[in-house]
Amino acid sequence: MEVQYINPFLEGTLHVVKTMAFIDARPGKPYIKKDNVAKGDITGIIGIVGSIRGSFALSFSEGSILRIVSNMLGEEIAELNGDIEDAVGELTNMVSGAARQRLEAIGISLTAALPTVVRGKDHSIVHVLGGPSIVIPFETDSGTFVADVCMRKDGG
Amino acid sequence: MDKTSKVLIVDDFSTMRKVVRNLLKQLGYENIVEAEDGLMALEELQSQKIDFIISDWNMPNMTGLELLKQVRADESLSKTPFLMVTAETLKENVIEAVKAGVDSYIVKPFTADVLSEKISQIEKKYG
Repeated sequence: MEVQYINPFLEGTLHVVKTMAFIDARPGKPYIKKDNVAKGDITGIIGIVGSIRGSFALSFSEGSILRIVSNMLGEEIAELNGDIEDAVGELTNMVSGAARQRLEAIGISLTAALPTVVRGKDHSIVHVLGGPSIVIPFETDSGTFVADVCMRKDGG
Repeated sequence: MDKTSKVLIVDDFSTMRKVVRNLLKQLGYENIVEAEDGLMALEELQSQKIDFIISDWNMPNMTGLELLKQVRADESLSKTPFLMVTAETLKENVIEAVKAGVDSYIVKPFTADVLSEKISQIEKKYG
């Protein structure tokens, strides 16, 4: 997987979390992930197709997503509920859009499907291409989350 | 169009409907109804007078673009201001929405200031 595919997702994640939840997330060092186990308690995943293809996931710890959604909605949410699942889907959708906008600027046109959301300890993230994926970890004052990217050119 | 106008928010994500509703309330709009997709939006449009539509693009059952085309094709609805709020960023999509008669377009994520500016532009356009 080429680095030029990863940075748009990193930048898009920072942009969406900052704009929607007023949080400056701190990115860590990206690494390769070969298994399907999610790094968080709740995950949104979305398929992406075009001149490259694959899928992108956002996986949040409970603490991080409760703070993000509470900030988005302007009300305190104390548990992982339907509102949180809905918000994770929309955050995944928005980061996908922000990343695709950046990829389009370098000549890579993409469209996305509707996101799906999974939750529970040690749940699986099944990428369209199977894997491996590149994981970008983020820290916030309320917990961690990761962007999990698996995008390739056909035959790449 | 003014602060007493009835605004229809169309989005399949309840989170975004709530975010937009909160921002509209900050701007002074109190008369707000919601729909989860284009089909439900059409039902709302046929059952009551709606003054302003804010719609997502990517939704199940009927997309925001299909809703826009239906609104513009219906003589009784065709003059309704229509703002598209979406994560869709392909230039072709923006051009298609403009051709279909969208009044303005916001790319998610957006700030309260951006939404306020777009609504002000539409308020001026429609008086």
